[in-house]
Amino acid sequence: MKSAVIVFPGSNCDRDLAVALTQATGRQAEMVWHKDATLPDGLDVVAIPGGFSFGDYLRCGAIAARAPIMRSVVEFAKRGGLVLGVCNGFQVLIEAGLLPGTLMRNQTLKFVCRDVNLAVETTDSPFTNAYGNRRVITVPIAHHDGAYIADAELLARLRGEDRIAFRYVNARGEPVAEANPNGSADNIAGVLSANRRILGMMPHPERLADRQLGGADGAVLFESLSNALAVA
Amino acid sequence: MKARVFITLKNGVLDPQGEAIRHALGTLGFAGVAGVRQGKVIDLDLAETDPVKAKAAAAAMCDKLLANTIIENYSVEIL
Repeated sequence: MKSAVIVFPGSNCDRDLAVALTQATGRQAEMVWHKDATLPDGLDVVAIPGGFSFGDYLRCGAIAARAPIMRSVVEFAKRGGLVLGVCNGFQVLIEAGLLPGTLMRNQTLKFVCRDVNLAVETTDSPFTNAYGNRRVITVPIAHHDGAYIADAELLARLRGEDRIAFRYVNARGEPVAEANPNGSADNIAGVLSANRRILGMMPHPERLADRQLGGADGAVLFESLSNALAVA
Repeated sequence: MKARVFITLKNGVLDPQGEAIRHALGTLGFAGVAGVRQGKVIDLDLAETDPVKAKAAAAAMCDKLLANTIIENYSVEIL
């Protein structure tokens, strides 16, 4: 599996993401600068990292989504390529029009940085197939603008098409209000595209992808990608 | 030609920042502020000299970048 991580000025999870991809696939992830016009040949996965691309100017992810490389990323996605956006990367994918809805300032107005419980809501995706019966996982969040907002029609569509990948839940796996760290509609933490090959999520699986970091629940997401491509 | 773009949240979109400002105003003794909605102003200095074309260009910029039209409205004023 050949993967690449896009690097913007202000990205700060790019190397963590590359380590997680490299560990899962056994092949060094390539770093691609935002000013490049084209992606490396033969890519299977493009990952957009967390951070504060372009200082979060205008709106989080808005400037990055118009960077030269993003034209190639959108084409790659339209051809059915696998695209993962984490945190700021999720914001970039939404701004680029690759995922629906919008991400707004946390309802508490506070930057939230802590581990949260996530429910894996579907294993029917290249990003979540390896979670099996393990429904509740622990993954850290670290964001100021992570409230996922969608109108009733979009929420119904996401539910109906089984496109909600992760929800914020309590330890028993219930999506209660107290478990919602940012005010996201329906406790949504991650969503899939209609073809299930693009995932955007606010939590950081790459930050808990090694037992030495205190947990490896995030590593399963990268193993899922590796599985999906081994089968394909 | 200068154009001023106003970007505001659509009705019904929750504005926690506006709400925090409203609270702070109350703390300062400004009574009777029933609601606060905050937004952005962006000033554009354009080479275009035709006001109709300048306004259309600014609107296109809003659609493509300056506003998130899912949650924001915009208006353009030629100065």
